Amino acid sequence: MRVTVRLFARLRDIAGSPELAREIGPGATIGSVWRDLAREFPQLAPYERSISSAVNADYARMDRAVRDGDEIAFLPPVSGG
Amino acid sequence: MALLAIDREALDLSRLAAAVTDGANGAIVTFLGIVRNHNAGRRVRYLEYDAYEPLAMRVFGRIADEAQERWPGVCLGLHHRIGRLQIGEASVAIAAASPHRADAFSACRYAIERVKQIAPIWKHEFFEGGDVWIEGATADPDDRQARASAERVACA
Repeated sequence: MRVTVRLFARLRDIAGSPELAREIGPGATIGSVWRDLAREFPQLAPYERSISSAVNADYARMDRAVRDGDEIAFLPPVSGG
Repeated sequence: MALLAIDREALDLSRLAAAVTDGANGAIVTFLGIVRNHNAGRRVRYLEYDAYEPLAMRVFGRIADEAQERWPGVCLGLHHRIGRLQIGEASVAIAAASPHRADAFSACRYAIERVKQIAPIWKHEFFEGGDVWIEGATADPDDRQARASAERVACA
């Protein structure tokens, strides 16, 4: 399966890109996509407890299964206003 | 004018206020969030706001729905600016209209609290000597405690 990962704010700076295309195996969840990413970019790891995640522009939990073509977003703590 | 928006241009609070009201309302309460020149002991030069726009728009809709659920009859307008903002420029504009003033005050305050809790928007602060992404709340729209806390502040 192929998914698009979108990263924002400091997460984007750490990965050096706002958007990554990734091939993932069957049974993947948002959480497993995150853990793969954190292995690839170890500076992301400390964000594990403070990020939010979204699938196709809607908030979703880390245990949510991922489907082919999904856009997965990882969001550091927000600071709008 | 759309009631909910993410905008790269300067915000227009008076037009937003005009958009939320009709003949049934006796009050409009408005709020402008402004870029200030200091933060946490740093001299701020300017801010750059980033957003996950489609999700932010969805969240704005959710905030408007929550406000109407809590204060029936309230109409909420909510615009957030993104991109580079200079000191003194408005980053967020909110207008809440209601038949009676108490609900308009509460809904307006509630909306800005919820924006800060759950809107996927980030400040990149450029200050004298460096820059930093500001990280506030972990966004969780289903966190009932956070929502209750925003309601408490709104009704204080």
